[in-house]
Amino acid sequence: MTAETIATAQATAAASHPYNEVVPGAVLEATKTGLVVSPDRIVELARYLRDEQGYDYCSMVTSIDWPQYFEVVYYLYGAATPKDALVLRVRLTDKANPVMPSLTSVWRGADFQEREVYDLMGVRFEGHPNLRRILLWEGFEGHPLRKDYKEPYFEEESKPFKSRHPDGAHQWAEDRVPWKDNVSYPVGWDPDLWRSPEVQYRRIMGVDEATGNGDGLRTERILVNMGPQHPSTHGVFRMVIAVEGENVVGLEPEMGYLHRCHEKIGERNTYIMNIAFTDRLDYVSSMSNNLGYVLAVEKLMGLQVPERAEYIRVIMAELTRIISHLIAVGFLFNDLGAYFTPALYGMRERELILDLFEAAAGSRMMCNYMRFGGVMADLPAGWVERARNLVWNRLPKVMEDFENLLSGNEIFQSRTHGVGVLTAAEAINYSMSGPMLRASGVPYDVRRAEPYSIYDRFEFDVCSRPEGDVWARFRVRMDEIYQSLRILKQALDGLPEGPIMPPGKKQYQVRVPAGEAYARIEGPKGELGFFVVSDGKPNPYRYHVRAPTFINLTSLEKMTLGHKIADAVVILGAVDIVLGEVDR
Amino acid sequence: MNQQLPTNGLPEGQQLPEDLKKNVFLTTVDNVYNWGRARSMWPMMFGLACCAIEMIAVQAARFDLSRFGMEIMRASPRQADLMIVSGTVSKKMLPNIVRLYNQMPEPKYVLAMGACATSGGPFKEGYNVVSGIDKFIPVDVYVPGCPPTPEALLYGLMRVHEKVFKQSVKTAPWYRKDQLNEPVPQPVLGPDLYNPKDREALKKIAEAAQAANQG
Ligand code: SF4
Repeated sequence: MTAETIATAQATAAASHPYNEVVPGAVLEATKTGLVVSPDRIVELARYLRDEQGYDYCSMVTSIDWPQYFEVVYYLYGAATPKDALVLRVRLTDKANPVMPSLTSVWRGADFQEREVYDLMGVRFEGHPNLRRILLWEGFEGHPLRKDYKEPYFEEESKPFKSRHPDGAHQWAEDRVPWKDNVSYPVGWDPDLWRSPEVQYRRIMGVDEATGNGDGLRTERILVNMGPQHPSTHGVFRMVIAVEGENVVGLEPEMGYLHRCHEKIGERNTYIMNIAFTDRLDYVSSMSNNLGYVLAVEKLMGLQVPERAEYIRVIMAELTRIISHLIAVGFLFNDLGAYFTPALYGMRERELILDLFEAAAGSRMMCNYMRFGGVMADLPAGWVERARNLVWNRLPKVMEDFENLLSGNEIFQSRTHGVGVLTAAEAINYSMSGPMLRASGVPYDVRRAEPYSIYDRFEFDVCSRPEGDVWARFRVRMDEIYQSLRILKQALDGLPEGPIMPPGKKQYQVRVPAGEAYARIEGPKGELGFFVVSDGKPNPYRYHVRAPTFINLTSLEKMTLGHKIADAVVILGAVDIVLGEVDR
Repeated sequence: MNQQLPTNGLPEGQQLPEDLKKNVFLTTVDNVYNWGRARSMWPMMFGLACCAIEMIAVQAARFDLSRFGMEIMRASPRQADLMIVSGTVSKKMLPNIVRLYNQMPEPKYVLAMGACATSGGPFKEGYNVVSGIDKFIPVDVYVPGCPPTPEALLYGLMRVHEKVFKQSVKTAPWYRKDQLNEPVPQPVLGPDLYNPKDREALKKIAEAAQAANQG
């Protein structure tokens, strides 16, 4: 068959796709990995899918730079009634000027993710309300995730570098590059003539784009800047808040102050190298990150994980959830003015769990413990007894303390009830996930909706609450700790003997067949997804992380509007962000 | 550091009273001055990345930074003596860090915590990562590790204290008019991070390019 006849055959096959009867010409091709959609009809199709087909949850947006075209990928699920993934793919063949319509009008949750695609891949989204760079700064040159982008320290397309391997010769990166540093300037760039493009914040200042509000000034609105160095932004996060008096009338999150180029580095790394980097995403819960990533690669490789390893993975993931929630709760109180004491209690228990991690993985925080097909090392002698002691005796008592000391606190109650409310419909539309989503009355948990690993074997409740405010988010986190303890008890009781890796030689260079996989887990902070595209080479062709807290921040403005500026801190605290993951 | 007050050699009847002997110490001004500084060194409350979590762990119950008089972390640079650069320094964040450093009053110290702050660490090759904070601000102590264990950070802090004890009021630059500290030049976010030290070279290239354009 010639290429033309194939194309016609595909076109006719796609033309009979049921969606095309409703939105003619929308689906161009139905492939194994999703529907290829025409950019002209995608908004209509998306509306139809959301309203009629129940795909109300836009989980992930990302993009791939193929040699012939840019591909923007949307992963859709159903949240109100769980549905399997539907993948929309838009191919933009104009590589010089890729443009497509924005889907923010259908799913608000696509907002930050489309901005990220614009920032890192350079695809423009028409109709996006605030399309500017999100992780890098305004004025940065280039779009780093494009395949033709080279970092200043660029050495080779993929690791291990020939200069290092196998002889191990090492040269300082600084000695290789013209400016003796990790910078590159365009030829002829004059620093004295440079003016940084200024961000105007016209939207939150209520400036009318058309008229400029006459004189362009509204004296009663003030911009307040919080961060990136601020004690209550949980790291290097920045909020620009427009206030009238004490009331918040507009808010724009600014991030990227910890953008560490995770994805670009990940595409140069071999598959196994990336495990260590996932530790550093959400650095409070490294074990969960490991799990998500190895699941994605295992999906591609089709590996079978031994029983014992599965149990160990679940145990580690649930211990991580407890750490993460304890810290989240502790620091929420910190933000409310209970300076450091509750956080101190959380940190105290964290140390005990970290001791277990250290015993098993050799490192406290950056465990680097999971491997494709299993885990790195078996549990040392006495580990299970220590874990049992913690799960049966110590942690329930600690939880009692937490309940007695914190939950009933009057100030806490009055500061959190009715603050930062998101309704169920809003939470879904904003692509909230994890405790944020469940606190808005949507009992959606990936462990239930799409069980991974061996979660289908355990009994646990999906905690959710109807209120949708900060109090509910606190309560959901507390309740989830009890459920984690429940799972831990079952897993520790059921932990079988046996191997921890599939049979065969240990490999540093895994062979990953070409293909695409998206694995999502219920991380402590929400739906953590890893998107891996392989072209059969030793390193991934495309590697993307769906970071739950990054997307949860989309609704920050919505939650904060109308509240006092002091509440903005509390609302942010209840989102429980970790900047390593937000900025990646 | 304390010396017993010499009492021998005093005339008869002028012996120091017993209780005074136990309460008066002779020492040098330097010792007292440095002792005071080292035992109440306030770090800036300022976390950048993963290492910051270990910094918080050092503050918390098990490792307890208050044993060193350092439990008060100041959110304002103007009240802080020590900047713990705890994590990856990104290009986007760097101008803010330099500004914070410039806002800290003398005497000030900088501790680079972890591989990232020291050299860029695992993320060194990244397009948005600064290869070590010492390319921009002076660092007193480096603590290696990814992340350094809390014990390692404590050891690093003790090395800062050691450094404090080696300084003298007489020669301390922050009391001398002739050695006034200039603020560190502020890096700028251009098309890439612009380091002011490259200015001369950049100007030359720009002029050459312009000449070529006109010629
Ligand atoms: S040194 Fe390691 S732990 Fe510390 S900030 Fe860098 S990556 Fe994170």
